[in-house]
Amino acid sequence: MISSAAGEFITRLCRERAGLRIDAEKTYLIDSRLGPLARREGYGTVAEFLERLRGVTDDDLLWAVIEAMTPAETTFFRDAEVFSRMESEILPRLITGAGGRKIRVWCAGCATGQEAYSLAMILAEAPEIGRYVELFASDISRRSLEKAQAGLYSQFEIQRGLPARRLVRHFENQGDLFAISPRITAEVRWRRINLLDDLTPFGQFDLILSRYVLSGMDEAPRAQVLAALERSLAPGGAIVLGRTESAPGMAGSGAGVFTMGSASRSAA
Amino acid sequence: MQTCLVVDDSRVIRKVTRRILEGMGFEVAEAADGSEAMAWCQAIMPDLILLDWRMPGMDGLEFLRALRAEPGGDHPKVVFCTAETALDHVREALDAGADEYIMKPFDGDIVSSKIALLEDAR
Repeated sequence: MISSAAGEFITRLCRERAGLRIDAEKTYLIDSRLGPLARREGYGTVAEFLERLRGVTDDDLLWAVIEAMTPAETTFFRDAEVFSRMESEILPRLITGAGGRKIRVWCAGCATGQEAYSLAMILAEAPEIGRYVELFASDISRRSLEKAQAGLYSQFEIQRGLPARRLVRHFENQGDLFAISPRITAEVRWRRINLLDDLTPFGQFDLILSRYVLSGMDEAPRAQVLAALERSLAPGGAIVLGRTESAPGMAGSGAGVFTMGSASRSAA
Repeated sequence: MQTCLVVDDSRVIRKVTRRILEGMGFEVAEAADGSEAMAWCQAIMPDLILLDWRMPGMDGLEFLRALRAEPGGDHPKVVFCTAETALDHVREALDAGADEYIMKPFDGDIVSSKIALLEDAR
């Protein structure tokens, strides 16, 4: 059993450094998510690991804990409707508006990369769109980013959301795993970013996808991150959240898609 | 989609698959190999077929090719459900007229996610 003091320590650590919300009734998540890390660090139980952790100043270890607590649930083409709108409507509109310049697209909180690669597949299949798009992806978790960059997925992962025709077109067998083609991996530039940090160095983006990231955050950091993402949007840009998430103050067109209205643009 | 034919030589897998599909609201029939499946289809063409590859007698691929040549045989959506994970096999299945492909072992999430893809494509 995890003591309530240890539970509070983890909850506070995740909230302060990453804005993560861990509900009091969900402290069982601490046990299940930290189990593999505790074992890797040589502890028999999560409780023992947490006892040792409280005096620790090793930042790498604390970050490994935060990463392990960060939800990384994702699938290829999650909410398929959003991706078909991206291809048929959102990307073409942004490209037209950019007048010949390449548009910048950012998957903010990309977890293990399925969302960024879903977009990259669309761009590779539609070169008339793809040649005008630069694709960036970031996550707070180094481990997730390593997996994303490796582009290797299990049989279970490639069967969720990914149509068989895209599987055979863009993947190869690699042992028991499936490797996404170098042509697709080359479309994405990866970077570790904590969305609570200053985002201005990364410049402005025409389209930001931040799906099911804000809903895992505490109220105050959620508002902070949403405001920072809106400031990172180029004029006329769009932001795509999870279908259950919303951006108050922006114009929503369903399924989590929000566009910057002209009013908020002139106010910025 | 309402009716689904589950074609597999394993009674256990047919039973598990039937339970998943019935949970999704399908009316389910079963066949143990390709020729039994063909007899079903010649009587009543189902809307969806979940099809094993390796079966004694007529195998999944032979059945699929024969099905697509039947009158009305282009109506059913066909989803292979097989332990074959080589992408060359997936390509072969798609080329022969399969609509989707599931690798065993599978669970209810995978089946419903694949069927949702078929409905998106309609």
